Amino acid sequence: MGDSISVNGIERPLTDKTVGELLATENVDLDARFLAVAVNGAVVPRAEWNAAPVAADDDVEIVRPAPGG
Amino acid sequence: MSNALADPLTIADKSFTSRLLIGSGTYPNQQAMLDAIRESGAQIVTVAIRRISLDGGGETVLDALGGDYTILPNTAGCYTAKDAVLTAQLGREALETNWVKLEVIGDRETLYPDTEHLLTAAEELVRDGFTVLPYSTDDPIVCRKLEDVGCAAVMPLGSPIGSGMGLLNPYNLEIIRAQTALPVVVDAGIGTASDVVLAMELGCDAVMAASAVGRARDPVIMARAIRHALEAGRLAYRGGRIPKKRHGEASSPGRGVIGT
Repeated sequence: MGDSISVNGIERPLTDKTVGELLATENVDLDARFLAVAVNGAVVPRAEWNAAPVAADDDVEIVRPAPGG
Repeated sequence: MSNALADPLTIADKSFTSRLLIGSGTYPNQQAMLDAIRESGAQIVTVAIRRISLDGGGETVLDALGGDYTILPNTAGCYTAKDAVLTAQLGREALETNWVKLEVIGDRETLYPDTEHLLTAAEELVRDGFTVLPYSTDDPIVCRKLEDVGCAAVMPLGSPIGSGMGLLNPYNLEIIRAQTALPVVVDAGIGTASDVVLAMELGCDAVMAASAVGRARDPVIMARAIRHALEAGRLAYRGGRIPKKRHGEASSPGRGVIGT
């Protein structure tokens, strides 16, 4: 078994080295507005996506606004 | 004569002509949401922060709303201070706003707030530079503690979220209004226009409505009703109601009646 990572609650093999690479792998448009990312409970600002590392067993959350009360 | 229009709602450093905060969820479709929000006159619109769908993009609720509103991200669905704080921080990053409607839910059945986690999260977010608008129980002591930790408003519930039961304890809301220097926003439980009128007549500063509009048979018409209710209730509060008496008091002169 290789290294894995959790992305929005789903475990999958770790194939990326940075947040930016991970978003590209997930087909997330890096230029889309209103996106936010956290790794292990800490927000990673957009300006740092391309440099911020992701590693085995990290817990990544990718969110955006949704209709709500 | 006082000018009804010159009676803004001020929260932190922002002023609004509308006293309504409106939700963007529960509508039958997006167009109904946009039409109802427009008709309500609301300037503050709440949104949730949710995981993106990894199987496709799609426009966000923000693309639809455009730049016409003050967008207030909430922490709805969070059950711990930790999750609420991270959700608030993600909302700040996504929306470039320091404002957050802080919700920490304690129970799936009642959706009542978890006061212990709420206070912890509020304190941490204020320290982190947020303008915190906390959804709380209608408990004057809890509201005072939220004020003490530096929240920008208090948002006591009228009744459970989505219940439509109106203001179950108007006496508490009156006490909260009397005790706090912060804006009081009645959050949760609004069912129809008369609930909004009562909140305003009690002196509350604003009302948050979501299901009351979104789940109404006709959201656009209900949005209009609530807009008028806010105005009627606020004016009645400012006009000052007469005291209640146990006996009648004639409004025509007692003298000069024929046959006397």
